[in-house]
Amino acid sequence: MTPVLSFRNVWVEYGDHVVLEKVSLDVAPGAFVSIVGPSGAGKSTFLRLALGQEAPSRGEILLDGAPIPPEPGPDRGVVFQRYSVFPHMTVLQNVMFGARCDQAPLTGLLMGAARRQAKAEAMAILDQVGLSASLKAFPRALSGGMQQRLAIAQALITKPRILLLDEPFGALDPGVRLDMHELITGLWREHGLTILMVTHDIKEAFKLGTRVIAVDKRRHDPHAPHRYGSTAVYDFPLDDKLKTAIPKEIAVMTGEA
Amino acid sequence: MRRLLNARPRGGGRLLLGLLPIAILVLLYLVASQARHAENPRDKILPTPAAMAQSMEIMALQKDPRTGEIPLVADTKASLTRLGIAVGAAAATTLVLGLSIGLLPYARAGLGPLVATISVIPPIAVLPILFIVFGLGETAKIVLIFVGITPFMVRDLASHVAAIPEEQIVKAQTLGASTWLVALQVALPQAMPRLIDSVRFSLGPAWVFLISAEAIASDVGLGYRIFLVRRYLAMDIILPYVAWISLLAVIIDLLLLTWSRTAFRWAHAPGGRR
Repeated sequence: MTPVLSFRNVWVEYGDHVVLEKVSLDVAPGAFVSIVGPSGAGKSTFLRLALGQEAPSRGEILLDGAPIPPEPGPDRGVVFQRYSVFPHMTVLQNVMFGARCDQAPLTGLLMGAARRQAKAEAMAILDQVGLSASLKAFPRALSGGMQQRLAIAQALITKPRILLLDEPFGALDPGVRLDMHELITGLWREHGLTILMVTHDIKEAFKLGTRVIAVDKRRHDPHAPHRYGSTAVYDFPLDDKLKTAIPKEIAVMTGEA
Repeated sequence: MRRLLNARPRGGGRLLLGLLPIAILVLLYLVASQARHAENPRDKILPTPAAMAQSMEIMALQKDPRTGEIPLVADTKASLTRLGIAVGAAAATTLVLGLSIGLLPYARAGLGPLVATISVIPPIAVLPILFIVFGLGETAKIVLIFVGITPFMVRDLASHVAAIPEEQIVKAQTLGASTWLVALQVALPQAMPRLIDSVRFSLGPAWVFLISAEAIASDVGLGYRIFLVRRYLAMDIILPYVAWISLLAVIIDLLLLTWSRTAFRWAHAPGGRR
């Protein structure tokens, strides 16, 4: 089976400063991969690479076996921690934006049957994320959790090959975060999504992921802290039984014992 | 006893408090005018309200036998036309340049320094050049206002567009938006309320440039009129004209604010719901 996303010996260097070194990783279709690691270890660089916001200095990144385009595109959906939704569009308009870009590249406006169909699809997804009561609200009228629901619905409408989540629940209250865990797990199963999620919350990583990858430096030179970059130091494939316990090495590493 | 900084005026009290200084100023003027007229009934420096009303009746209701037009109407029409064309052109230019510079790194690298350089030139200093190049007609006056306000507006809008969170721009691209659609559907709607604000702030300088240009070379216009009657110390005309100009400025400002509030509700209403 061709992996959806693969990193082949990827390095990211800024001059002497090595951020990532020797990263090789295959994301299988339908996987929910969590990436954890201490702050500054380059977790978010993974997503920037996958998005095409940044190019590796060495190695290559493949999407469905082909090199990824060097800029963001509709094959890779994304939800950021904040600012993912458009403040000047209503909830419904936000979700319909993907369809508008796809079908009306000149004006971004849909008419007649195309509009009705896009609207129906958007309403269906909004119903799944529980926002069908706020179709005409602007994002600033929504709570943080509802804004993230909207951002997820918006990303799903283009049916991306892989959904990239960058600390998607990091700014939410603990209770809301639990609701969001249920939501994203449900959507992942229902839509058969492939998800790559970056998080600093180790429990979240193990609770949601089918595979957890820890990113950190393997070597450290105290006289030249930037000499060595991070790489995937642990890679835990999880089946449902393993999901309940956090392996000891990880717990020690991140101080979450 | 509550601290002064926590005491707030309410309702009617607030309105009264706002009117008080204005009433005091008017009263001061009336007293001073009365005093001068008691000394010299032909005083021209502080005309009485009756004298102002009488002069304005001539300016605002009677046709000038030479031109066949009512002076106040003709002046207002001429000035607002110049102002409207210049500010409209400035806003249109700002929209194109501001969006390009704010969104496109190439436009920023190519045009940023030029706009920054032009914006430090004092516009009045180039007025002679404009008169030489465009003659003493309408074009020079309109171009002066345009040159005076556009660079500031472009820089303001470009920095506002550049401050749209990177996340939004990336998100739009992952939803399939081209550069054009990001500009049209993401940046433009978010730039509009800022552009309207920017026009509102620029109208002050725009009036200054308009009246300066009219004072130097014109045969009709609000600025032309007040500088013309200055030769006769006609404060009874100048003061009502200044009041009229201020009233026009306030009305235009209110219209722009209303437009922004109704058309771009998401940027204003605290709740944002329809």
